[in-house]
Amino acid sequence: MGFYRALLYRLALAVVTLFLLSIIVFAGCQVLPGDVGRAILGPFADARAVAQLNHQLGIDRPLLVQYWSWITGMVQGNMGLSYTYRAPVAPFIGHALLNSLKLAAIAFILVVPAGIFGGIVAALRAGSWVDRSIVIAGLSATVVPEFVSGIVLIMVFSIWLHVFPLTGTAPRHAGVLEQIYYLLMPALPLFMILFGYIARMARAGMIEALTSDYTRTAVLKGLSRRQVIGRHVLRNALLPTITVIATQCGYLIGGLVVVETLFNYHGIGSLIFAAAKAKDFPMLAAGILVIGTVYVGANLIADLLYSALNPRISFGGRR
Amino acid sequence: MTGETMTATAAAEAAMDTPARIRRERVRLLLRNLPFLVGSLLLIFWIVMAIAGPWIVPYGADDTDLLNTLTPPSPDHWFGTDQFGRDVFSRVIMGSRDILIVAPLATLLGTVVGTVLGLVTGYAKGLTDDVVSRIVDAFLALPLLILAMLVITALGISNTTVIIVIGLSFGLIVGRTVRAAVLGERDLDYVAAAHLRGEKPIYILFVEILPNVMPPIMVETTVRLGYAIFTVASLSFLGLGIQPPSPDWGLSISQNYGLIGGGYWWTVLFYALSIGSLVVGVNLAAEGAQAVLDA
Amino acid sequence: MPMQDGAEAALSVRDLDIAYRVRGRDRQVIRGLSFTIGRGETFGLVGESGCGKSTVALAVARYLPGNGRVRQGSIEIAGADALTMQGEALRRFRARNLSMVYQDPGRALNPSIRIGQQVAEVFEVAGVPAAERMDRARAILERVRIVDAGRVMTRYPHQLSGGMLQRVVIAMALAVDPTLLILDEPTTALDATVEAEVLDLIESLRAEMGSSVLFIGHNLAVIRRMCARVGVLYAGTLVEEGPTREIFANPRHPYTVGLLRCLPQPGLSKHDTRLDTIPGFLPTSLAGIEGCVFAPRCGLAQDICRTQEPPLIPVAPGRVSRCHFHEQAPDLPRATLATPPAQTKKLAAIRPVIRAAGISKTFGSHLPVYALRDVSVEIWPGETLGLVGESGSGKTTLAKLIMGLTPPDAGGIIELSGEPLAGSATRRQPAEFEALQIVFQNPDAALNRSQTIRRIISRPMRKLGRYRGVTLSDRLRGLMSHIRLAERYLPMRPRQLSGGLKQRVAIARAFAGDPRIVVCDEPTSALDVSVQAAILNLLADLQAEQGVSYLFVSHDLRVVRYISDRIAVLYLGRLMEIGPAAEVFNGPHHPYTESLLAASAEEDAGSALRLSGEIPSAMRPPSGCVFHTRCPRKIGEICETTEPELIQRRGDHAIRCHLTRDEMGRVATTIEA
Repeated sequence: MGFYRALLYRLALAVVTLFLLSIIVFAGCQVLPGDVGRAILGPFADARAVAQLNHQLGIDRPLLVQYWSWITGMVQGNMGLSYTYRAPVAPFIGHALLNSLKLAAIAFILVVPAGIFGGIVAALRAGSWVDRSIVIAGLSATVVPEFVSGIVLIMVFSIWLHVFPLTGTAPRHAGVLEQIYYLLMPALPLFMILFGYIARMARAGMIEALTSDYTRTAVLKGLSRRQVIGRHVLRNALLPTITVIATQCGYLIGGLVVVETLFNYHGIGSLIFAAAKAKDFPMLAAGILVIGTVYVGANLIADLLYSALNPRISFGGRR
Repeated sequence: MTGETMTATAAAEAAMDTPARIRRERVRLLLRNLPFLVGSLLLIFWIVMAIAGPWIVPYGADDTDLLNTLTPPSPDHWFGTDQFGRDVFSRVIMGSRDILIVAPLATLLGTVVGTVLGLVTGYAKGLTDDVVSRIVDAFLALPLLILAMLVITALGISNTTVIIVIGLSFGLIVGRTVRAAVLGERDLDYVAAAHLRGEKPIYILFVEILPNVMPPIMVETTVRLGYAIFTVASLSFLGLGIQPPSPDWGLSISQNYGLIGGGYWWTVLFYALSIGSLVVGVNLAAEGAQAVLDA
Repeated sequence: MPMQDGAEAALSVRDLDIAYRVRGRDRQVIRGLSFTIGRGETFGLVGESGCGKSTVALAVARYLPGNGRVRQGSIEIAGADALTMQGEALRRFRARNLSMVYQDPGRALNPSIRIGQQVAEVFEVAGVPAAERMDRARAILERVRIVDAGRVMTRYPHQLSGGMLQRVVIAMALAVDPTLLILDEPTTALDATVEAEVLDLIESLRAEMGSSVLFIGHNLAVIRRMCARVGVLYAGTLVEEGPTREIFANPRHPYTVGLLRCLPQPGLSKHDTRLDTIPGFLPTSLAGIEGCVFAPRCGLAQDICRTQEPPLIPVAPGRVSRCHFHEQAPDLPRATLATPPAQTKKLAAIRPVIRAAGISKTFGSHLPVYALRDVSVEIWPGETLGLVGESGSGKTTLAKLIMGLTPPDAGGIIELSGEPLAGSATRRQPAEFEALQIVFQNPDAALNRSQTIRRIISRPMRKLGRYRGVTLSDRLRGLMSHIRLAERYLPMRPRQLSGGLKQRVAIARAFAGDPRIVVCDEPTSALDVSVQAAILNLLADLQAEQGVSYLFVSHDLRVVRYISDRIAVLYLGRLMEIGPAAEVFNGPHHPYTESLLAASAEEDAGSALRLSGEIPSAMRPPSGCVFHTRCPRKIGEICETTEPELIQRRGDHAIRCHLTRDEMGRVATTIEA
């Protein structure tokens, strides 16, 4: 199937997924709540006031029309008007997304090398206590909710030791380094939930490559251990890890909601949460659609990277 | 290992392996597996606490004592008291109940839905499989927490909503695992042999294939349980899960974490440790069980 | 043990004892193994599965898996102690003195690195300067007769065929002229015609370079062809050793005698004889065995055999046997009666049981794969039609088609006893399922591992025959005894049974409804020789007793010849030849049949009959006669433009070829194994 055909195919798939996603989001925000006007004004409001609000918000139009105007607006960058702020949603989302990307970047920069390294070490000493500790510690950490680890970290490092600040938001006009300093604490819970999976995948890939026939061939050729691992093992071992890192984005994004709320950081997670609490549906819908797009995009990139790096796919079948 | 070495050792073993012997061997290995032991102990501990709670606790979870608010841990109150004078220790014990009902129910729903979904999509080729896969992918593009937020905000907060949202989402995830397992079985000759007896697809799916995919389902279920607890606790922390006046851990942390700045660490730490110990316990038990199953 | 004068042996193994640690306990796999390979000599190590031969190869290469240990003994390669070498010394040793070629070439090469680079690495460790490496890589690839080596070097492994990949691996192995070359089942995964070529190649390169070879395998014919001396391994113990020809012509250990007798002999079919078998099973554990390891299965065993392990006794100069009674070995009593049972059921041959006419099968519409084209066969009551071909021949597809597991293209007809049969199994009747059944190749996949044997066998009876209760259990019991399957296996699950027993269960299941015809799709290919003999006997007996027909699909010509009354030869989806077994085998026959027979002969039948190149892809079949690209008797242009018709030559024997009968060849196949 050649590289470019694969690319087109996956792109089409991603678009379909996003389309379905938009329907889900729309359904959740416009359809499920039932009477949105009532939901906002409360059960005691006057029926006429509710009807007027509904008309104002454009809720009384047929569903398909609403969906169409919403989605076409989205694609063009018009994300609607926030119920809470009575202002365009887009700038809020943009600003929040940028903040979240900074936080996510820090988390990734820390966890990807650490996870891969941990996995490789565990594989090279498979069966030993080093291996088992890394695996068990990693897996245990993934399952601890971010707010739990976050609070323990806050209590230890912020309150007791005074080493790190309580909040993730750096003061205005802070330099890059200072921003990073503020972001370290929020990044740690995220690190913890991602490390285990990445390490496990890297470990599994390494073990499979180490026990494979082609590694045996390489060793019996007389190559040194370093040459065998560097040339033959690593590239096959780490290829599956690429895909895993992309799927981890999902957990990362979910974690953002909790972490940003806990550390008082204005990212897209806390934005969505605030919107949910305030029943600000346009903000909520836009926010969720945006992060869904980010996730699908990340997976697409990972898929393409994998295809490009895997000769079986990029070079097709037998000639 | 090459095929040869597997035969040399495996052939010697296989002839002796009755199902009973395999079971006994597995149990023996399980009991020697440290993660499984530790994990199971933690889990059993909390289950016991949840069941026996009302008889163990020294104070009622809702008993306020406005004269003794925010007292640090002491012989009277092992875990101290919170801002209403409630005994934290009692609340910790009683807080285990809700989560140990909601999370397992969600997991059970997820397993049942996922098994059926996985069996059907794994077996049906062509259009059905493709379409369903696309829809599932779309749902799974949203992190569970955010999807739950969306649905709960729209439908209103209740334990039932939480169970259904988490359960159905897990159903999709379990469904994927089951589908993969079914795909692995579908092309084996015993399925063809069943076709050649005129067996109906329902029979083949549930009587021939399902027993062979049970092991991965079991493992997946235990892992899902850990995540169910994770998600329910997080939702409770955000105020979208278990509602007051429950002494639920996540909820209590969300109510109290503003206090840690003032030095009242005991109003938060013990709840946090409880959540941590429960999820880690479930996960360790799952890991241990999987390691034994794979061996 | 014979040694070249002066020079040290290429390989010297003494008292080797290897064990694996499984679930906390040591399982011994090799006991007291000793043998020597002289310089320039080829030594074969032969045995069935579980005998430990691959373990020996891994031990010599110092690549035992993590839980394997050499507990005792020594291995010396060209005088150097292979077991104590470490680090740099071991690395250098591997680079220069030792090479290994394995069974699955596709997996032996790194899927992410180009061929050229992988071959060049061999020269890198040998110290060749960087600038020369690629040139030398190209040179060695040309030496293994890879056409267009330059292009192959830029490819990745998944882009090459199995035969090509194995040549690459051989090239890498012989590139630096190693002292010892180990070959572990190097051609088992290859088609017969490709295998023949690869073996030729190995033999000629070896002769050129004077390498010493340790050849490990289970195929006695291949070993006989390639090895000057052979050692027979049973349950981790060497039971006989000596010059190959002598051992195969005149074996002196009961196990070797039994093994050779299990093989179908040319010229003897199921009507003439039954194959001998080796009773019993491999010992489950080597621990605590006193006396001869083969005694429980040996027809000559006496008390001394069970108490005292025989040493390696010299039988003749250069030959040893581990048997107290080696002189009586050739007179080993048969485990199975030689005379076949009388044909109890003679069915009236009014109409064929199966008639397939004009069957074609094309897979996929976008890039069509022409699996079968216009094939017509008939199978009469009580007869076996053998279906022979290599990969891509379509033989498995034809079997699946007849079973209804995949529908034929429009226009094809399948009839069961004169009545048309639905193309798809979903539209067939229970009576049709009972009458037409199948035995699959791999019993592990064919039996549902979560069900008991009782369930597996009685289900068809319940579903198709609607038997219940007492009638069901009576019928089950009857069937079990018919298939020679003890009732104690009924409550067990497949994983508790050996391969041979599992296949019996599969046969029992097929026979549950008294079938008229059973399709056997490579039923013995996954089984050891001794087990295969028992299964073939069983199938032949069942046919004699019940008059059932078989469509017997196989790539193993000896087996097909033994069991078949008629034979059909397929190549790339076309029927090339069909006729009575004896005539197809004795010739004159189609050039493809000729090459197949030549490929499986133990003697070197001459390079004139070797097929060159690879089997063409079924997506782009050659024009005219599909065989013309490789045919050693190609006439000329007519073969490229016009497809020959399937013409009756003499009696019932039809051949699809432009040659006349006199122009066709015949392969002498009277050689004993």
